[in-house]
Amino acid sequence: MIRIDLPLADEIIETLRAGQQVLFHGRLLTARDAAHKRLVDAVTAGERLPVDLRGQVIYYVGPSPAPPGRAVGAAGPTTAGRMDPYTPALLAQGLKGTIGKGRRSPEVVAALLRYRAVYFVTYGGAGALLGKTIKAARVLAYADLGPEAVHEFVVEDFPAIVANDIYGGDVFRREG
Amino acid sequence: MRTVSAEIVTAEVARLCQEANISLGADLTRALEKAWSSEDSPRGRDILEKLLLNITVAREENLPACQDTGTAVVFLEVGQEVCVDGDLESAVHEGVRRGYAEGFLRKSMVGHPLARANTGDNTPAVVHVRIVPGDAFRITVAPKGAGSENMSAVKMLRPADGAAGVKDFILEVVNTAGGNACPPLVVGVGIGGTMEKAALMAKEALLRPLAERSRDAAAAALEEDLLTAINGLGIGPLGLGGRITALAVHVLVYPCHIASLPVAVNLSCHCARHRSVDI
Repeated sequence: MIRIDLPLADEIIETLRAGQQVLFHGRLLTARDAAHKRLVDAVTAGERLPVDLRGQVIYYVGPSPAPPGRAVGAAGPTTAGRMDPYTPALLAQGLKGTIGKGRRSPEVVAALLRYRAVYFVTYGGAGALLGKTIKAARVLAYADLGPEAVHEFVVEDFPAIVANDIYGGDVFRREG
Repeated sequence: MRTVSAEIVTAEVARLCQEANISLGADLTRALEKAWSSEDSPRGRDILEKLLLNITVAREENLPACQDTGTAVVFLEVGQEVCVDGDLESAVHEGVRRGYAEGFLRKSMVGHPLARANTGDNTPAVVHVRIVPGDAFRITVAPKGAGSENMSAVKMLRPADGAAGVKDFILEVVNTAGGNACPPLVVGVGIGGTMEKAALMAKEALLRPLAERSRDAAAAALEEDLLTAINGLGIGPLGLGGRITALAVHVLVYPCHIASLPVAVNLSCHCARHRSVDI
């Protein structure tokens, strides 16, 4: 088990290999479909992004509402493939990691190699378990998107698995 | 005539929405434990352990097991000797509204499939009503997440495609879904009827307790055959490789047209959720 303190440093990225289990500590960003569209539209328009993506890791998640006394409710990953059309543009802005479920497109896998970034999978459907590792949450941008706004999560021992590393390693590749 | 109060329908739907999302069935826990004991992949076993732990955490901490608390799919079996003292469908929607608010469940419904503005209260439910003999009144709430629903499919096969064609199609759907549908899956299959009848049967098949086989001998044989074939695909828990890609395959069949062979596959993730009550 590898401990990763966020943001995600290049020296750590170089040590990661597909299949390794990791535990994140620190600050994760969240974004899903609607926020991705806005971020990429801003990049295309040449506007300054509302969050600095350099060294950051984005978790693809839409949590259930926080009951009293909690930062979030259940918070498992959503399907990463829906973010594929947007991901290369964000990697070009310095994004170093993404967390979701399911495999990425060949274009995203190639972009991960080009920008030396990593895709992690976490435990799809284990929303209660993952929600417990999120200690604080606040909105960073696009508040009008509600649950789809860009949030900052402060996590402790958030578990994930390296799915695509910077050497072409792929946890989804099946023999034969 | 027996009268059932619409207010009771609302209260029961609200309760079932929360229970279904927070407290998963004992049959599911047993199936995951059995899967753990037959999984060879160490990563697969680790994932199955985490999924079992997740069920315990959800129940103990009163959290939904999965953040995608779904579209509220509600099945009503209404006895023809029962009278409801109000608007039945509105009572169901109101129950969903209350249940998702009180239970801190995620509101995932948009009011129009193209305009896509969130309705804010997870309504409307998708309601299926069946009139049955007698004075029974049964409500089943089956919250359905999009991850697995999006990977489901219907196909109109040629009668000549037969059982082999049916099997190929189901394997293709499961293979395409890969890790996106959050395996280990429960695979609901509807064969026969018309296009919409097959789709509805595929969803109803997900409601059957996990250890039960079909009472139709041919369907039961197909279930066994398909489960073996699916677990030979190597997709494994969460798509990261392993023996256990599905916990169960449930097949429902219905007579169909001489020229038709409709097949529907409704995938459910490992958070296979449903709760029923008889009023």
